[in-house]
Amino acid sequence: MSSSGQASTPAQASGGATSPAYTEFHPRWYRPQVSTYWWLGKWAYVKFILRELSSVAVAWTVAIILLQMFALIRGQQAYLRFEHVMRAPWMIGLNVIAFAFLLLHSITWFNLAPKAMVVRVRGRRLPAPLISGPQYLAWIVISAIVVAIIVSRG
Amino acid sequence: MAQTIQLRVSRYSPERDAEPYFQTYEVPVKAEWVILDALNYIKDKIDGTLTFRWSCRMGICGSCGYMVNNEPKLGCATFLTQYTPGPLTIEPLRNFPVVRDLVIEISDFLEKLKKVKPWLIHEDGNGTGEYLQTPDQLEEFRQYSMCINCLLCYAACPISGLDPIFTGPAALALAHRYNKDSRDQGSAERMAVLSHPEGIWGCTFVGECTKVCPKHVDPAGAIQQYKLAAAIDGIKQFLMPWGQRQENQ
Repeated sequence: MSSSGQASTPAQASGGATSPAYTEFHPRWYRPQVSTYWWLGKWAYVKFILRELSSVAVAWTVAIILLQMFALIRGQQAYLRFEHVMRAPWMIGLNVIAFAFLLLHSITWFNLAPKAMVVRVRGRRLPAPLISGPQYLAWIVISAIVVAIIVSRG
Repeated sequence: MAQTIQLRVSRYSPERDAEPYFQTYEVPVKAEWVILDALNYIKDKIDGTLTFRWSCRMGICGSCGYMVNNEPKLGCATFLTQYTPGPLTIEPLRNFPVVRDLVIEISDFLEKLKKVKPWLIHEDGNGTGEYLQTPDQLEEFRQYSMCINCLLCYAACPISGLDPIFTGPAALALAHRYNKDSRDQGSAERMAVLSHPEGIWGCTFVGECTKVCPKHVDPAGAIQQYKLAAAIDGIKQFLMPWGQRQENQ
């Protein structure tokens, strides 16, 4: 120990640079590194990553709808051009994938909602199906109305 | 001849090893034996140098959390028979530095725990009074008060591993426990500390913390409820800033 009462740590004494993995006085704790592929080790983690990835599909769909609205505003020629692009096989493929991710996004959202929402009736917490059920119902009803409008106009 | 099972136990000696390695032990399987019994058998009969934490043997102290076949489990609450014929892999809890063999370093968690102020904050009392509570009020937070700080949730939470400054499931669930307590008045104080990316907003709702919790605390649910409360609080502040000023005065 030095005269000032300060003890030098092994890393300081050896002149080595301190890293985030270094803890003063405890240089030898083993610190496991998280692998880049940590999420591949367990199906629950893969599902989580897919769920997070689904937000890209949501953003993509929003962008497509906005482009459709702009095309509609610009007139018939612009809308025909938009339709032409949307009919391309690569675009259909991309949208099928986006639709699958949107389904995943919606279902996981509805399933997670009861965790965040605690509704108590007469002191008792409502069971999860009573929270997510109405959301599924509203989703199905609105989707059915949209499909009915498209079919009746088509 | 009694049935046996092979245990592959992670070993790490800070004085000797650069990184952990596995050592295999053969232990008897008895119907009533849990993982902790097997580890104590190794310690007593085969290898006295094996180091691991344990205390109560009954799921109360939260000391004996290990990774068992890559899943966070309490050693005292996990029967050996469910892993026969083996082999069974036992490692220290994930996302923590390893001090030795199965012993992890938890002072980072203790700092985070202190930050969420897990105690009753009562402005007009000195803590000596009696605060009555109805069974319904108790029910609001009882589930979250069951936490034994075993840290299985931190081992299951990938965010805790990827982002070391994230406050983590158990500490956030405990903050929620006190927020929901009718005797507590510290929720605004805790919100100021926890409504940050390293607090509740760091959680991406993987949900594994809830699945591995041996006391059914549901930290993931607690954090999402906390987020909802923070969002409502934020909207209120935006829509009625004068109301907030009055509260602060």
